[in-house]
Amino acid sequence: MSSSPPPRGFLRQERWNPYVVGAGIGILSWTVFFLVDKPLGVTTPLTGLAGVCATPIIGAETIGANAYFKQHAFKWDYGMLFLFGIALGGLLSALLSGSARLEAVPTVWRDRFGSSTGKRFLAAFIGGLLVMFGARLADGCTSGNGISGSLQLAVGGWTFFLTLFAFGILTSLVLFGTGRPSKN
Amino acid sequence: MIFLAATPPVSGSSALIAAVLLGALFGLLLHRGGVANYNVIVNQFRFHDFTVLKIMLTAIIVGGLGVLALNSAGLANYHIKATNLLGVVLGAAIFGVGMVVYGYCPGTAIAAAASGSVHAIVGLLGAMVGGTLYAFSFPWIAQKILPVGALGKVRLPDVTGIPTLVWFVALLAIAVTVFVWVERIERRRRLASS
Repeated sequence: MSSSPPPRGFLRQERWNPYVVGAGIGILSWTVFFLVDKPLGVTTPLTGLAGVCATPIIGAETIGANAYFKQHAFKWDYGMLFLFGIALGGLLSALLSGSARLEAVPTVWRDRFGSSTGKRFLAAFIGGLLVMFGARLADGCTSGNGISGSLQLAVGGWTFFLTLFAFGILTSLVLFGTGRPSKN
Repeated sequence: MIFLAATPPVSGSSALIAAVLLGALFGLLLHRGGVANYNVIVNQFRFHDFTVLKIMLTAIIVGGLGVLALNSAGLANYHIKATNLLGVVLGAAIFGVGMVVYGYCPGTAIAAAASGSVHAIVGLLGAMVGGTLYAFSFPWIAQKILPVGALGKVRLPDVTGIPTLVWFVALLAIAVTVFVWVERIERRRRLASS
């Protein structure tokens, strides 16, 4: 066992207690509902960004003619700036705690699938694709359905939350088996 | 249901500034909570790390009770999405598979990408493709999938007849039981590994 480092100030700690963080996200939800009359959500504005990214490849005409992209056209609106804020907050947190570091292949992945960057990137790409497609089909992700939906006791929110966990557990069984992991 | 004034306390261009600040708080909380980390998320689904469950259940209960209080006081509207049951189940299933392969959900991916996770950025590019594929499948999905089990904007109290507050008392009891259980597992594992 290594000796523990000296305690750091709250803002410089690398990790906060998960219950404190959960309560923080809960209180953030009240604030968002009250101040701007919106729920917490991520993937809806991400759709507009997908349209922008696809435009040079597919062509502005085809994208512009698509009914779904028309409905979710990219703009620097509240939702998009909220995503920008998430990036800013993640960066700020990492810098303040000194935990910003480049990661190409995470340890749990490496222990199971080796240190090939190409293999990890391919999986991340496919995983990201599935996450976004699934979130659009379900009309919300972990934030919009899992937290915002569930906290309002929406039927869709809880259906999403429970189904997501069931399929996540099944997938991890297929990919990682039942073995004990090494330390992260 | 009490209805609010047409405009919320913060609107227009000040809402755009609020968006960045509120988003930054969310990103900070996700990162400090440890969920902008592939290992933490994947290990949740392997029952080796319970951080995701602790954060989500606490957020749902604290958030839910607060929004309920605000709504009862006429200070906040509910924002319920329409439930298209088949779409939600299929979408959540695909999402669950993707979340373990990717190791992030969209929000945590953005926080992770900003703090140096390169594979999170690669996955976000995949997400752009996923969003585009969905947009072009939308006409078919809207016709064949979304109408199946279209329940409208329903809440659990609507479909069960059990009042909101009772739901929260039950949720709190379940959450506390789960928390006591996982803390005990974690303590036992810490002892076993030291």
